[in-house]
Amino acid sequence: MSARASLVTRLRNLWSRRELLTSLISSDIRIKYKNSALGIVWSMLTPALFIAIYFVVFSLFLKNGIPNFVIYLFSAMVVWNLFQSSLNSATGVIVVRAGLVKKVSFPREILALANVGASVVYFVIQLAVLGLVLAITGHAPAWSFLWLVPIAFLALYFFTAALAIVMSAVTVYLRDMEHFMVIILQLWFFMSPVVYSYENSIVPQLHRHGVAWIHWIYLLNPITLIMLTFQRVFYVTTTVAATHTTPVLNILPTWPMSTYLYMNLGLLAVMVLLFLGAEVIFGRLEGNFESEL
Amino acid sequence: MATVIDVQGISKQFKIHHGRHQSLKERLLHPKSGTTELFNALEDINFKVDSNETVGLVGHNGSGKSTLLKCICGVLQPSSGTIRLRGSLAALLELGAGFQTELSGRDNVYLYGAMLGFSKKMVDTIFDDVVDFSEIEQFIDTQVKFYSSGMYVRLAFAVAVNVDPDILVVDEVLAVGDERFQAKCIDRIKTFQDEGRSILLVTHNADQVRTICDRAIVLENGRMIADGPTHESLRVFREHMMDSATEHDHSGALANISIDSITSPSGSFDVRSGASMHFDVNITSHHAYSGNFVMEIFTRGGLLVSRSDAKGSPVNLTPGANCVGVDLEQIPLLDGVYDINVGILDPRGNTVMAWREQAASMQVTYDGREGGLVELGASIRQR
Repeated sequence: MSARASLVTRLRNLWSRRELLTSLISSDIRIKYKNSALGIVWSMLTPALFIAIYFVVFSLFLKNGIPNFVIYLFSAMVVWNLFQSSLNSATGVIVVRAGLVKKVSFPREILALANVGASVVYFVIQLAVLGLVLAITGHAPAWSFLWLVPIAFLALYFFTAALAIVMSAVTVYLRDMEHFMVIILQLWFFMSPVVYSYENSIVPQLHRHGVAWIHWIYLLNPITLIMLTFQRVFYVTTTVAATHTTPVLNILPTWPMSTYLYMNLGLLAVMVLLFLGAEVIFGRLEGNFESEL
Repeated sequence: MATVIDVQGISKQFKIHHGRHQSLKERLLHPKSGTTELFNALEDINFKVDSNETVGLVGHNGSGKSTLLKCICGVLQPSSGTIRLRGSLAALLELGAGFQTELSGRDNVYLYGAMLGFSKKMVDTIFDDVVDFSEIEQFIDTQVKFYSSGMYVRLAFAVAVNVDPDILVVDEVLAVGDERFQAKCIDRIKTFQDEGRSILLVTHNADQVRTICDRAIVLENGRMIADGPTHESLRVFREHMMDSATEHDHSGALANISIDSITSPSGSFDVRSGASMHFDVNITSHHAYSGNFVMEIFTRGGLLVSRSDAKGSPVNLTPGANCVGVDLEQIPLLDGVYDINVGILDPRGNTVMAWREQAASMQVTYDGREGGLVELGASIRQR
């Protein structure tokens, strides 16, 4: 136990304590719904209610014209819920569990990773519900694209985990982060194509300024590509042909599968590097936890 | 014998912030406000603990013993130096720190076990022992938030001692539960010792160290001031306590009384068992003081044989040389060397005004047939 462990040692320690991670995840989930009458049903009910609200606002009131809007929303919301609920709970977790952090020895980032892990469990439940909705409504997913989902999910996991780890440590030093995060996440939500369509609302708006490559800036948000992939797989429809009353409606990029694949693989590689970077940053920050908690 | 804990050159500095801001706005507005001071909590600590050894870590509040313990357990990273451990370690730093009060006792046993680094399978095998030891069978499926504080710590202690660690680190936690449960804990620790495991016990209860430890390390202001057999380390510890008490004494009362020597009229402290003994304690006082006189007799093994005082009739010290006589009628002790500690306490018995550890050693010879510590004069016959 020297002053600072190397990245490899950190990862090895983390791996050796995976049983603690699963214990923490299961206790997290049980505690969250312990005293509520509906229990884990809430993990499905909350997103369903949000989808209902967004549907009413954006489809009925604002008439964005996207057909089957519920499925469009749902495909992106599963991604968003994983990201948001992880960061919401992980940001303050080290401060909240200060008593534990100061008394028991274990890799501290496990606390943040447990929050992400619990969100992954809810993610899986919601994905199953999405599958059920697709089956009931007879809306077939793009079967040939389906295998992109695990790759996009892994990219999402590593990105969320990296941010969760760093934010949990930064919050120890800057307690404002918890409040700040609420705003950031709200902004992030509207910067991602959940309640509007990337092809319909973003691309033409940006191109109107005359710069063809500018929509790539929007794609720098890793969540965007992941959502586009989920939408491509579950919502499927890229373009709605013109009728005599409505013009052509572009909803999703018409990229071929290879483009989706290469972009997702590239993203995954970057996110893994980001995760390793987050581990290094966490290792630097955790040395002074004791005097800040 | 294998070394299980090897502490080499450990130092730990803490930054102490004076008036620093913790919110983002304040930090941005006043980036340089507040001063930071370095505080040396530990300075160059070196020691080894072998397997089969029970070591006490003593020191009064703020001496750095808890910091050292946290470094050993890996909760804190030392600023410099290395700590090597062999084997698994279970730390009882704060019992129940890992408990989730919303979960049942059963869930918490598994969670706490995982926290201490033990697999679910291992916890499965010891689960019944844990429940048995903690004596809360009835409530094992109740949420921990409904537990009494005694049940809470009993469960935590039960997990920690049952997971079979190679090294057990105990911090001031033996004051758990009622007297019977405490005895059970001490018993468990003794079993641990018999099984050849290592224990590091942190306390400021000197009696506990005497009964459990083979060796004691004394810390004072982050430095090691003694490392040796229990009774020798404890002598250093008590003397330092007196010294630092004198330093902090603003009324000046402490500096004014000193115990110079113990003398016996015969010039010798050798005595036959059953005989009487008299000795004089010579005290110099700079002013008149009326207080309580205390005498303790210990075995060389560190067991307290007797503590007696003059509570009913305080000793009245006059300025200058004083002499307090102690008469022991019929010493019932068996063969051995016994150490005598003497001291002056304030009339309420709260503050030590003067203390002399191992002021004299009494050699008792006994030629009867009884074994142990005292002669009871038992006669055994069939009726």
